[in-house]
Amino acid sequence: MARPVTHNPHPKVPQMPQGVMGEGFMATKLSEVVGLARKNSIWPLPFATSCCGIEFMATMGANYDLARFGSERMGFTPRQCDLLMVMGTIAKKMAPVVKQVYLQMAEPRWVIAVGACACSGGIFDSYSVLQGIDQIIPVDVYVPGCPPRPEGIIEGVMRIQDLIGTESLRRRSSDQYQSLLESYGIQ
Amino acid sequence: MTTPEILPENTAAAPPSANAVLQQQLQDSFGDSLQGFEESYGLLTAVVTNTDSLRLLQHLYDMYGFQFLTDIAAVHYPERAGEELCVVYHLHNLPENKRLRVKTYVPSDKPDVFTATQLFPGANWMERETYDYFGVNFVGHPNLRRILNVDEMDYFPMRKEFPMEDPTRRDKDDEMFGRGGSF
Amino acid sequence: MPADIPTNIPVSDVQEHYSHLAEDALVSKTTTINLGPTHPATHGVFQNIVELDGERIVEATPTVGYIHRAFEKIAERRPFYQVQPLTDRLNYCSSPINNIGWQTCFEKLTGITVPKRVDYLRVIIMELARIADHLVCNSVIGVDAGALTPFTYVFQLRESIYEIYEEICGSRLTTNIGRFGGFERNFNETAWQKIHRFIEVFPKVQKEFESLLTRNRIFMERCQGAGPITPEMALAYSVTGPNLRAAGVDYDVRVASPYCSYQDFDFAIPVGSTGDVYDRFQVRNAEMWESHSIIKQAVEKLKDLDPNIYHADVPEYYLPEKPDVYTKMEALIYHFKIIMGETEIPAGEVYHAVEGGNGELGYYLISDGGRTPYRLHFRRPCFIYYQIFPEIIKGGLLSDAVLTMSSLNLIAGELDG
Repeated sequence: MARPVTHNPHPKVPQMPQGVMGEGFMATKLSEVVGLARKNSIWPLPFATSCCGIEFMATMGANYDLARFGSERMGFTPRQCDLLMVMGTIAKKMAPVVKQVYLQMAEPRWVIAVGACACSGGIFDSYSVLQGIDQIIPVDVYVPGCPPRPEGIIEGVMRIQDLIGTESLRRRSSDQYQSLLESYGIQ
Repeated sequence: MTTPEILPENTAAAPPSANAVLQQQLQDSFGDSLQGFEESYGLLTAVVTNTDSLRLLQHLYDMYGFQFLTDIAAVHYPERAGEELCVVYHLHNLPENKRLRVKTYVPSDKPDVFTATQLFPGANWMERETYDYFGVNFVGHPNLRRILNVDEMDYFPMRKEFPMEDPTRRDKDDEMFGRGGSF
Repeated sequence: MPADIPTNIPVSDVQEHYSHLAEDALVSKTTTINLGPTHPATHGVFQNIVELDGERIVEATPTVGYIHRAFEKIAERRPFYQVQPLTDRLNYCSSPINNIGWQTCFEKLTGITVPKRVDYLRVIIMELARIADHLVCNSVIGVDAGALTPFTYVFQLRESIYEIYEEICGSRLTTNIGRFGGFERNFNETAWQKIHRFIEVFPKVQKEFESLLTRNRIFMERCQGAGPITPEMALAYSVTGPNLRAAGVDYDVRVASPYCSYQDFDFAIPVGSTGDVYDRFQVRNAEMWESHSIIKQAVEKLKDLDPNIYHADVPEYYLPEKPDVYTKMEALIYHFKIIMGETEIPAGEVYHAVEGGNGELGYYLISDGGRTPYRLHFRRPCFIYYQIFPEIIKGGLLSDAVLTMSSLNLIAGELDG
């Protein structure tokens, strides 16, 4: 008789960086180790304004449990957070606040736009709504949906993990990145 | 619980007796300043001049128990010369469970209506919202500022002549996004 | 004493520095602090500039509009059936109530009579939505009082409500459930199973939730007496919904002007007495039990009705099913007419109210006979009753203000229109 499976048959193996391994040591690139550490300990800053925020609450809840991906701690102060999650419509009145929060975050920082409103304004093609937060701050990952399902939000966080894991240590001081920030008026 | 069954077809027919009585009484006490009555879907609507709107609200509050202000809204009718803006009050008499609508028309170049904040403290934000959307000037309002839109906005966006979209937008400006059409 | 602290400052310097204290040493000063619009304790985006005397609030100035989306302007440019997705995003904790409120408003305008079965199905959906709404609000009161466990616990129950929505309309949060005249499809077997399962599970979870908080001494001490609303004040500020009922006024739109055959159901209106945070919490809990009983009654009533009816026979307003559009001439014509706005919509003015999750949700619709509403005004309950917030937190502690805000069930998307 087949035993019921009581263990996870597909354990998540930590993504081992490539390198030379011997007895008691491993030689690999620093950037890969840093990437591995960073991507599994993201502190998200939920910037939840509307409907997507409720789905984010469900994502944090027991059923979907974003904490499995290393995002256990919600930071509510931008100074300590790595990932700005903008969820919901950003009105023009709110836009300076979003930018201020982004500026207060320390490098390296990532931004994820959750939901159609944050990505592009969504169905609110109106005089008061900002048509996508990428008009004011650079965005790394866009999660579509109105609102996206919790699986979608988790997928977005995993894509951010991929970005973080493979990011070069020199990216943030590169000319390309500086000119990106300058195009948003951020020094 | 025995509430009478209200079906859409007899809402128009059943209540006019009470409405008619109220209409007659209001007509008697206000005379010419009441410009007319309408009744749609069982809800009596009194149209009053803007100079007498507050007096009517006060009268309804004191004499007929309409002491719950459900809502204030405004409507813009650009084609009605001299009475472009219409301010609509929805009143509710909770003990008798009666509703009443009061309308007052004002021209868009001088949209003055007396504020109802002295009567209903809850009218404060409703009037600010109406001002924000339509520019109705509530005379005597304690704090008539924009409430929803940014303070720098220099037009009243809900008026019909202004577009839904942000007029300064550069992207999405082609016909594919449904712009430039009739809706 | 560490060596680097200077000890040789001239006395005159110190006196000069504190001279303002010497003159009026007992002058009390208030502190101004800014709460929001991004603050962990403001659910959604609310800004309050608070004047504090010590820890007591002297004055609070709320600013709203941080998520103003111009629903009313957009609604003027959308055909009637396209307004429904907008209503989803008003009070997104209980979208189905908004959807069905809009449908019943339109049905009032056009004079559509829907079959009893549709009414009862709608009642089931609306009461599920009410439970979902109150669950969020009540569990968040717990979170703000420092109890995170009930929140994670009831969110599992909420997921089961979402699953029912999903089975019926395919969407979780912004449901866009139903159409003018009924539902877009009949409830399937899985949906019924999930509804029955919910009816079974709800009492257990709710009892557990209540036992975690209701008689919890810490929670009671935090909530009782915080942010009280008197009935006079509530009526003057046009407060509706559970907040009004917690103040002791038994006004409920479901009873005062029944829609969707609410008159066929037997339920009580729970009322509070002091209108404080604890009363609001209790009124919502009691309402959830009433909703549970209404759902059970509706399921019972549905047994006597023809299970194949799920929409009214109004082809000029009700979108035909897609397979029919492809195969039947008549359905294709009606589909074309509805989509292109060729159907006759009567001109008129309707005010229709439903009991939303947080109060009387009103739709003031003016139709001029065109394909779009001429004007559509939403009476958004929490926009109207949020003005009471600075009044009721005056004199209280700052931490009570946070609790009061979460107990008012403010939904930013609805508040800012």
